[in-house]
Amino acid sequence: MIRDMTLGQYYKGDSVIHRLDARVKLMGTLLFVVTLFLPKSPAALLSATLFLAGVTALSKVPLSMLIRGVKPLLFLIIFSAGVNLLFTPGETIVQWGFLRITKEGLRLSIYLVIRLVYLVVGSSIMTFTTTPGRLADGLEKSLGFLTKVRIPVHELAMMISIALRFIPVLTEELDKIMKAQMSRGADFESGSLMQRARQMIPILVPLFVSSIRRASDLALAMDARCYNGGIGRTKLKPLRYEKRDYAAYGVLGVYTVWMAGCAFFLRA
Amino acid sequence: MPTVCLIKGNSKMKMIEALNLIFKYKSYVQNQEMPEETLVLDNVSLSIEKGDFVGILGHNGSGKSTLAKALTALLKPSQGAVYVKQMDSSLEENVIPIRRTAGMVFQNPDNQLVGNLVEEDVAFGPENLGVPTEEIWKRISAALEAVGMTAYRQSVPHSLSGGQKQKIAIAGILAMEPECIVFDEPTAMLDPRGRKEVLDAVHFLNKERGITVLYITHHMEEVEDADWLYVMDRGRVLWKERPEVLWEKEEELMRCGIRLPFYRDLIWRLRKKGVEIPKTVQSEEALLEYLTR
Repeated sequence: MIRDMTLGQYYKGDSVIHRLDARVKLMGTLLFVVTLFLPKSPAALLSATLFLAGVTALSKVPLSMLIRGVKPLLFLIIFSAGVNLLFTPGETIVQWGFLRITKEGLRLSIYLVIRLVYLVVGSSIMTFTTTPGRLADGLEKSLGFLTKVRIPVHELAMMISIALRFIPVLTEELDKIMKAQMSRGADFESGSLMQRARQMIPILVPLFVSSIRRASDLALAMDARCYNGGIGRTKLKPLRYEKRDYAAYGVLGVYTVWMAGCAFFLRA
Repeated sequence: MPTVCLIKGNSKMKMIEALNLIFKYKSYVQNQEMPEETLVLDNVSLSIEKGDFVGILGHNGSGKSTLAKALTALLKPSQGAVYVKQMDSSLEENVIPIRRTAGMVFQNPDNQLVGNLVEEDVAFGPENLGVPTEEIWKRISAALEAVGMTAYRQSVPHSLSGGQKQKIAIAGILAMEPECIVFDEPTAMLDPRGRKEVLDAVHFLNKERGITVLYITHHMEEVEDADWLYVMDRGRVLWKERPEVLWEKEEELMRCGIRLPFYRDLIWRLRKKGVEIPKTVQSEEALLEYLTR
């Protein structure tokens, strides 16, 4: 169950992309996704393909890992492509009864599939090459300006990093509780959906109780270690821009301008 | 009658001092208008000197964990006062200085590690104190070396054994460079091997690094060689004695729910049966030798 979750999955490596500052990667992903959804043109799509291929090659993340990342979203992608394919008005190519495929629909769905796949692959390159801790640091620092409008950015980043730390602890606990209930005759595999949902209650209640107890213990331990919020805190591994980060920003800037140009001047 | 004995004279510096501590909390019970008041600490006074190894013995519910939290400024006493190096814990500005002077290691090894990597966890305390980055790296190396966990600095806490996690927790406190560490039943959830590892680390810190240790437990064998032992029962301090004096009070200790070391228990039972064992027998080996002579 939880063990199959790819959230924050990290692919260990030492590529250029791995070593880039988390803030660069966050910004890069954001720009890549935004430019991907600008008005479509074949030139822009080709540039995005080349850019993604280049970054993937540099990151040395195996293609099979990236494909595995797309798999869970396959249904969503096929569904939205199908809707676009069948319900876009325009020049008819094929027709069965009330269903018809139009030229516009075909184009639209091809673009959609490519864009969605690129979106998933692009953002998973970021999570594959950045440890969860660095990602939280990067978010904290790049969103730091939000503290001015009273959004507790440091606290949110701390929560994310603690949540990640406790995923394996709670997974083990869940396993233990399930086995304990099974040894007393609980059955989680059969029955209707409703019945199965109801059978989750004796697992979830103890899990919640123990999580709350853990949270209270942890808060006390953090207090004992002088935790006092984000003010005046130093970092073991502070985020510092290196030359390669500025170079990466440069590449990103050129790419963004190029994509915007494609979208507005070379419109198909 | 239980008496509170305070040492006289000021030859050594006082690390922690508690004066007539009272701690109570109110809890609301169903169908009852008035809250019920529970007295957890009842007029507790103690005084711990720099460099000492002090054990606090008591069974579950004797108030020893509450006492530990009060001594490290994690709880404010209802009445009475706590001084850590002359700093009054009831003043808000003293809270952080007290916590960095007197660190605390808790019972559950899983619930006190914050970092996703061992080195990141050890860094948590110094980061909070605003120690410069280069200095944090030095402190991590020193702290991990002191507990013998240098080889694990890049490990994930979840992959370690209970005893190793507890040693990381100790390193995390050490990195704040405290003068005193309060251990609240640090071995209660460990197997015998983890227990020994942690105890060895605690003794090393006390003997070699001069860190004042306050060790809370209900296993008497863990604090056999302490400088002083406090015995607590129902929120009160019954005795403050040297360990060798306490051995004479076996019967009362057992009544307080404290488990004696195995050989002490055996000597006591044998004497009760009329077997004569001289007072010079003061260890497991000596008892074995005496019985098989």
